[in-house]
Amino acid sequence: MTSPIPTPTGRYPAGSAAFPHRGLTGLAGLAPWEILFLLDEAEQWVELNRSAHKRDEALAGLTIINAFFENSTRTLLSFEIAGKRLGADVVNMHAAQSSVKKGETLIDTAMTLNAMHADAIVIRHGSSGAVRLIADKVDCPVLNAGDGQHEHPTQGLLDALTIRKAKGENFAGLTVVICGDVLHSRVARSNIHCLTTLGADVRVCAPPSLMPAGIEAMKVTPYHDFDAALKGADVVMMLRLQQERMSGQFIPSPREYRHLYGLTLDRLALAAPDALVMHPGPMNRGVEIDSNVADLAGRSAITTQVEMGVAIRMACLDVLTRKARGVEGWA
Amino acid sequence: MSTPRPLTVFNGQLVLPGKRPVPGTVRCENGLITAIGGGDPGPDDLVIDAKGALIAPGLVDLGVFAIDKPAFHFGGITRAALMPDQGVVLDKPSAVRFAAQSGKPDLWVHPLAAATRDLAGAELAELALMRDAGAKAVATGRRWIADSGTMHRLLSYCAMLGLVVVTHAEDGGLTGTAVATAGEMATRLGLPSAPAEAEALAAARDIALAELTGARLHFRQVTTRAALALVRAAKARGTAITAGVTPAHFMLSDVSIGDFRTFTRLSPPLRSADDRQAVLEALADGTIDVIASGHDPRGPEDKRLPFADAEPGMAGAETLLALTLGLVRDGVIDTARAFELLASNPAVLLGANAGRLELGTEADLALVDPDKPWIVNSDKMAATAGNTPFDRQGVQGRVLALFKGGLQVS
Repeated sequence: MTSPIPTPTGRYPAGSAAFPHRGLTGLAGLAPWEILFLLDEAEQWVELNRSAHKRDEALAGLTIINAFFENSTRTLLSFEIAGKRLGADVVNMHAAQSSVKKGETLIDTAMTLNAMHADAIVIRHGSSGAVRLIADKVDCPVLNAGDGQHEHPTQGLLDALTIRKAKGENFAGLTVVICGDVLHSRVARSNIHCLTTLGADVRVCAPPSLMPAGIEAMKVTPYHDFDAALKGADVVMMLRLQQERMSGQFIPSPREYRHLYGLTLDRLALAAPDALVMHPGPMNRGVEIDSNVADLAGRSAITTQVEMGVAIRMACLDVLTRKARGVEGWA
Repeated sequence: MSTPRPLTVFNGQLVLPGKRPVPGTVRCENGLITAIGGGDPGPDDLVIDAKGALIAPGLVDLGVFAIDKPAFHFGGITRAALMPDQGVVLDKPSAVRFAAQSGKPDLWVHPLAAATRDLAGAELAELALMRDAGAKAVATGRRWIADSGTMHRLLSYCAMLGLVVVTHAEDGGLTGTAVATAGEMATRLGLPSAPAEAEALAAARDIALAELTGARLHFRQVTTRAALALVRAAKARGTAITAGVTPAHFMLSDVSIGDFRTFTRLSPPLRSADDRQAVLEALADGTIDVIASGHDPRGPEDKRLPFADAEPGMAGAETLLALTLGLVRDGVIDTARAFELLASNPAVLLGANAGRLELGTEADLALVDPDKPWIVNSDKMAATAGNTPFDRQGVQGRVLALFKGGLQVS
C-alpha cells in the first residue's frame, strides 16, 4: 500500500482552530476538516511506527491514565503503546466494572484521577454517556475509548485512515457496508458518523433484531439482506457478534447467523472486485467472518486497522495535549 | 390539631367547576367550606385579602414517590397520594396506617396500597385490610403486572372492594432493560430502548380486563398516541377507565435526552414529538383526567451516573401547577379544566371530599397568581432533591398562600 503524506495547507484552519475541542468523546458533530486533520496528523506516526526508532519525545513528562472500566486487551494496549511512543508516562487502571457501576464511585474515581494531575485520561466504560459524564468533571483532556453502545471515536478514525490508505482521498465515491450487530455496536455508530461526514455512501446490514430503530436518520441505508447490501461495495466492514451484550435472544444460533450474515468468499465476490475487508476485532472466526476471508492477502485490512490504531491514538494524544504543552498556535 | 378560627378569603377570583373564574369570597368553618361567593366574615374570622389572586382548590397529587412537604407546599399541593414503592413497601395495613398519618397536620397523605406483596406482581396483598387502614386506592407501583391471571384477579377483587386500581402501562417483556423510547435519539446515543407500543400493549390488556371485571382502572401515565386512542375508545364505551400524565410528557419529547442528562431519565421514558402532541390533544379533549407531579426527588447518588445506570424519576411537585397553567396560557385548556385535572378529578378517584370549591368540602385552598413569573432552579428547590428536567426554564404561576382544612400552612 502506498502512503502519500498529504500537505495540510488549505485543508483546515491554522493552529488550534483545526481541532478546537478539549477532548474527544465522539465523532458526532465533528466537521469533515476536523476529522481530516486528525487523519493527516496520524500519517507522521504511521511513518514513525514503521521506522526502526519508534520513539518521539513530544509528550515527555506528561502523565496519561488509561482508565478502563470494561475489559479490553487490544484498545488498552494500543493506547498504552501510543502514549509510550510519544514519551509520556502511561499508567493503566483496570477497574472491575461491578465495583464502580453503582453509586457515586464513578464520579469519585474521576475526581481521584483528576487530583493526580493527569495530563490526559483515556476512558472506556460499559455505559453510554459515561465518558462525557467524567469529562465534565476533570480538568484535563478526556479521550473516549468506548462508552457502552454510544461511540468509539478512535476506532472510527482508524477505520477511516485504513480506508484512505487503500482507497485514496475520495470518500465521496465509496460505498461502505457495515454488517452485523449494529444495535449493540459503538464501533458502528462512530464509523457511521465518520464516514457519512466524509461523504461516503454507508449501508448498514443486520437482522431486524440487531438493527436500531430510526437508523436511517443517521444518513445510512439499512439492509436485512446481506447479499443485496454487498452489491458493488468498496469496503465491507464486519462487526463482532457481541453475545455478551445481549440480554435475551437476538439470533437463533451462531450457525444460523453465519448462514445469513457470515462473510464468506462467495459472498465477498458480490462486492467490488477490489473490495476491502475490515473487522474491528476480536473476530469470531467462522461466525461473522470466515478465516479464509479474514486472512485474504491484499484484501483484508484487519491488521492494517490495528497498525493505524496506534498512529491515530498518537495523533489524538498529541493534538489534545498541545494546549497544555504550549505548542505554538495552540496555547 | 386545635380547631382553626373560621377563615374568610375575599377579593379573589373563584375557580369554580366548569366556569371562568369569578370575583368572590370563600368562608370556611371547622375545616369545611361554608360559603362561596359573597357574604361577610364573622367577628372571629381570620380575614385574608386575596388581592385579585385565584382562589383555587388545593392540588391533589395522584401518585408521588416521596412525602416532601416543602415541595408540596411550594406547589400548592394539599393532598398527595403516596405510591406503595417505599423503602418499606406499602403492602401491609400497618405500613398504610403509618403512611396515612405521616403528613399531619399540614398535609394529607393518601396511601396507595400495593396491589401485590412486595410489589412483585405475583400474590395479592391484603387489600381490604389496607383499605380499612386508610388506603385510598390500590397501585401496581412502578411496574406493570406481567401475569394476566394475577391482574384479572386483582381487578375483580378491587371491583368488589370499590377501590380504584392505579396501574403502570408498559409491557415489561417489551421494555426489558430499556431506558429510552426506540427511535433516532436512542439510536444515536446508544441507549437501550423499547418501542413506544409497549404502552399500548399494556393498556389494551388492562382495559380488556377492567371491562371484564367492571373494575375502576386508572393509568397513572398515558404518554403515547396509540394508548391514548385506546383510552379514548374505552371511555366512549362508558367504562370506568381514567388516565393521567405528568407535565414532562406534555412539555418534552425524547430530544431532551440528547445530552445524556439523567434528569430526563423518566419512567415511562420521554416519547416522540408526535406522542407529545397526542398528549396535548388528549388533555384538550378530556381523554386525560389527571395531571400529577410523579414527584420523585433523587439525589446525586441516583442521578449523577451514566444515563442507563441512573434511577428514573423527577422532582415535579414545585413545577406541576406552573406548567399546567402554561397549558391555559397556550389555550389548550381553560382554568377550570386545569384545576379539574389537578384537584377535583384526582380527589374523586381517591374518594376524598376535596379538590373543588363547593359547600361542605374540605377547606383546602390555594391562592394562586397565575401570571407571576419565576425561573426553575435545580440548585434552589424546596424539594429534597433538584432533579427537574425544567432547570433554568422560565415559568409562570405561583402559589401565594395555601390552606389545609382552613388552616394556613404556607
